[in-house]
Amino acid sequence: MKILVCIKQVPDMESKFKIADDATWYDSKDLAWRMNEYDEYAVEQAVQLRTQVEDSDLTVLCIGPQRVQETMKKALAMGCDRGVHIDDDNSFQKDPFEIASMIAEFAKDKSFDMIFTGMQSQDRGSAQVGLMAGEMLSLPSISTVVDFTFEDGKVTAKRELEGGIKAKVSCSAPALVTCQLGLNTPRYPTLPNIMKAKRKELLTLSVADLLKVDSTQETTKIYFPEKRSGGLVLEGAAGDLADKLIQILKENTGVLA
Amino acid sequence: MKALLVAENRDGKLLASSYELVAFAQQLGADSSMFLVGSENALPQYDGTLYLADSGKHSEYNPAVHKQLLLEVIAKEQPDLVVFSHSSYGWDLAPRVAVALGAAQVSEVVEVVEGAMVVPTCNAKLRRQINVKTGKTVVSLQSGAFCLSEDPSGTPIVEKIDTETASQIVFEGYEEAEAGGVDLSKAEVIVSAGRGIGKPENMPIIEGLAKALKGEYGASRPVVDSDWVDHGRQVGSTGQTVSPKLYVACGISGAIQHLAGMKKSEYIVAINTDKDAPIGEIADVLIVADLKEFVPLMTAKLLA
Ligand SMILES: Cc1cc2nc3c(=O)[nH]c(=O)nc-3n(C[C@H](O)[C@H](O)[C@H](O)COP(=O)(O)OP(=O)(O)OC[C@H]3O[C@@H](n4cnc5c(N)ncnc54)[C@H](O)[C@@H]3O)c2cc1C
Ligand SMILES: Nc1ncnc2c1ncn2[C@@H]1O[C@H](COP(=O)(O)O)[C@@H](O)[C@H]1O
Repeated sequence: MKILVCIKQVPDMESKFKIADDATWYDSKDLAWRMNEYDEYAVEQAVQLRTQVEDSDLTVLCIGPQRVQETMKKALAMGCDRGVHIDDDNSFQKDPFEIASMIAEFAKDKSFDMIFTGMQSQDRGSAQVGLMAGEMLSLPSISTVVDFTFEDGKVTAKRELEGGIKAKVSCSAPALVTCQLGLNTPRYPTLPNIMKAKRKELLTLSVADLLKVDSTQETTKIYFPEKRSGGLVLEGAAGDLADKLIQILKENTGVLA
Repeated sequence: MKALLVAENRDGKLLASSYELVAFAQQLGADSSMFLVGSENALPQYDGTLYLADSGKHSEYNPAVHKQLLLEVIAKEQPDLVVFSHSSYGWDLAPRVAVALGAAQVSEVVEVVEGAMVVPTCNAKLRRQINVKTGKTVVSLQSGAFCLSEDPSGTPIVEKIDTETASQIVFEGYEEAEAGGVDLSKAEVIVSAGRGIGKPENMPIIEGLAKALKGEYGASRPVVDSDWVDHGRQVGSTGQTVSPKLYVACGISGAIQHLAGMKKSEYIVAINTDKDAPIGEIADVLIVADLKEFVPLMTAKLLA
């Protein structure tokens, strides 16, 4: 069985963000980079499926600049067999439609039986790429999956709805699913597997070979939201802060009466 | 400008979020019509054309069927905008429609500034303005971002629609949310743990403060997903909705899905090492501190 998992490299969300000079994106300097959280669940599920079904082969695909190879190595160390890096210094400017079309262009003649993506990326948060790629490939696709099983070519998945209700749906492979938080417990790569990953195949492709569509939108401005007025921000020594907070709670809430 | 509003129905009822779409269209000054897979017994209060597919026949959401129904209405109405809620229904259906139309999709719109749609970025730490280059645009609205200034009113002109589309996806049934757990909605004080607690061994710190404040403890989703805290204590859009007198968010960044469950709290205190954490946008007080140091100290002082 042939499996594809798509991952994105994103900044650690606890980073101190700065706005880039032209103010259309965040400054990519001095940021810590990691695998998009949702994609860790996608990789884990793909690896589990690869282990479950004999003679499987699992490809991890990532579009981005050179540095994304570090994140791809983590996916390889988690158990992917090979990597495909679509080298693109300007991937941050590509809209979800373009990213999805590159994934679809890559996958269209490779007959993957299963494709996994994250439900959304933490930086763009558009929740579009996976489903768009599925539509472009005319695959049945299921989003926001918190439970996944595969048996005899049949996918059964639970979609998470509001309030924690789940909808159980099924379809036949080939299919695509987008993975939601909590789907599984992503493994930590072991040291031997990290060493092994270094020898795994990592193919680089160029954007020009895969990008056949025009962008549909662009970011014209990026900025910090305005802080709500009235909110207090307190900094200082923990002991002083605790005294201040107790005072504030006494004055503003009835809970310390 | 013409907008087609994709309203939502669940369990035989129209979701109130459908009116947020109406508010959005009003704000843009767009002419609108509405699409709903729902029931004649639960019509929206809306003056305009309502394209209604029978939820008895198309009851459970099926992407291929709903997409086909919607595309037929779009072909007839030729709207400039197709508007969804950014919900499990909207974020699933919108990209499918966008691809079929070759249209730009803008997800989770929070406001419109000088005609440009604004969306959150990097877990809501930043905002982006979008310029759309296609003739038609598919948008999904962040829950609660647009509100009608008055109660909804009106009676729609109903046009029935139907399709016989086959689907590769089979709906097999619903599974209710895990029952049990603590009913946090009754607590006057809730102290919640986020991923910032670092490891499960730090949970007693949070429980300690909750006890000292005579309240309950809750948690954000990653803490629950990691099994550090029981699912019954999760706060947020896929957990409980609470509105205590005091909510203390410890090591919680303030993602929209968490805020959805606690933003109606009367007083909100956040403890976070990151001064820019989005929780600061709604907190009455943001204490910039390491919770491992601050929370035990605070507890000790309260008990002293
Ligand atoms: C469809 C959907 C539904 C969801 N439903 C929910 C839901 O119901 N509830 C929910 O909570 N989430 C939900 N989420 C997840 C949500 O998007 C966020 O991922 C989640 O809320 C983040 O949890 P967090 O703030 O604990 O973790 P993070 O976002 O990782 O934040 C951790 C915070 O801790 C701070 N921190 C780190 N160390 C310390 C320290 N030592 N002291 C103090 N602060 C520290 C960091 O600065 C950071 O702000 C949902 C997501 C989706 C897509
Ligand atoms: N640059 C990329 N390279 C590979 N996969 C991506 C990329 N961007 C997004 N994806 C995939 O699409 C999912 C949804 O992304 P988004 O639509 O940006 O929220 C992510 O979780 C990834 O699985």
